[in-house]
Amino acid sequence: MSDHELRVSKIRNGTVIDHVAAGQALNVLTILGIDGSGGESVSVGMNVPSGRLGRKDIVKVEDRELSPSEVDVLSLIAPEATINIVRDYEVVEKNRVERPERVVGVLSCPNHNCITNGDEPVASKFTVLPDGLRCEYCGTFIRESFAGHIDGSRSA
Amino acid sequence: MRHDHLISAAQLSRADIEAVLDRAAEIDDDPATVRERHAGTVLALCFFEPSTRTKMSFDTAMKRLGGETIDMGSVESSSVKKGESLADTVRVIEGYADAMVLRHPSEGSAKMASEFVGVPLVNAGDGAGQHPSQTLLDLYTIRENAGLDDITVGIMGDLKYGRTVHSLSMALTNFDVRQHFVSPESLRLPRSVRYDLHEAGAQVREHEELAGILPELDVLYVTRIQRERFPDEREYREVAGEYQIDPETLDEAKESLTVMHPLPRVDEIDPAVDETPHAQYFEQAHNGVPVRMALLDALLSGGERR
Repeated sequence: MSDHELRVSKIRNGTVIDHVAAGQALNVLTILGIDGSGGESVSVGMNVPSGRLGRKDIVKVEDRELSPSEVDVLSLIAPEATINIVRDYEVVEKNRVERPERVVGVLSCPNHNCITNGDEPVASKFTVLPDGLRCEYCGTFIRESFAGHIDGSRSA
Repeated sequence: MRHDHLISAAQLSRADIEAVLDRAAEIDDDPATVRERHAGTVLALCFFEPSTRTKMSFDTAMKRLGGETIDMGSVESSSVKKGESLADTVRVIEGYADAMVLRHPSEGSAKMASEFVGVPLVNAGDGAGQHPSQTLLDLYTIRENAGLDDITVGIMGDLKYGRTVHSLSMALTNFDVRQHFVSPESLRLPRSVRYDLHEAGAQVREHEELAGILPELDVLYVTRIQRERFPDEREYREVAGEYQIDPETLDEAKESLTVMHPLPRVDEIDPAVDETPHAQYFEQAHNGVPVRMALLDALLSGGERR
């Protein structure tokens, strides 16, 4: 058992997000809406040596299992990530993220005049294209810096 | 048409367009045949922005089909002023009407509204997004004057915020049309529209001056360069002056050139052009009624499913 796997197994219940691109760990926390105020126990490893990525980040969140929509958007900023679900100290699920066809309710449209940025009961919806995302309401593209468009209301 | 709603010109196939235009031509020839066709039908006119031509032509179209219209009035006098969401407004109005026409200042508003209603909804302009019913009457006018295949169309003016341009350019990709876009650098087509045109395999070129391509054009579609888009008046005047059409400008054009404009114009087309055979913008506006009659007929009848 490697040192890394040993560290993963030390979580009793929760999620370990491994193989996050170096430097993206804090964006992962933003996507999850975690800023420490909710009382979650969070561990972050940054620029950890990795055989696959050279350097990587690791995020461990206790007592929280990721929803499918959260995993979807994680794939945009951390396409190599693996999601380990831990229950009672055991890794019960180990999944690679997959690029989704759509991302719903996670990102804000950069077009301030898009109806999804108004006070309407509608979630943002983006179609995932090979080279970016596209708002399904107004057609605006997000080509890069996906983390910069994470819906601010998701943060506590 | 198989669509329940008309939100974007991207929904329209060549067959959809031709069906509406053919029907519009039939209605134009003999309006009496549809006089009571939709008697008892109520169309809701939901205009969250001022409108003259679009609103009145939908109003006329519904009445000439034998139906009636209801109008939410100005935004200032409606529940919107009290903070009601668009989603709630259209859900309430859905209970009063058999179909709905929506104009709203936000991009994507028509698509969102269509997700909350079960009656056909027509996008009559969503911010700088789309205006597909205008596109159908534009295509009708182009077909009447130049045909819709093997033609060269120039589209000039505010291409960035011009929703009629966004819809028209997309619809033209269904036909054998070479498209030239003429605008100041700051008002070029948005990236999303250029992406769609590229994906559709459109033949597109962009220019900052009309002179070089004018002799090639069969149709010149002019839109207003809006003063409010420019940070200072001097910059606006410098740019706007470059995109004005007068009879002398058209000396280099084909005799058969058709000049169009969605109206209202300010000073981008000199009134002297009205007297030339090129001017078709008032005919274009008149075409709004038979085309919208055909469109409403298709949506209210379930199109091919009737």
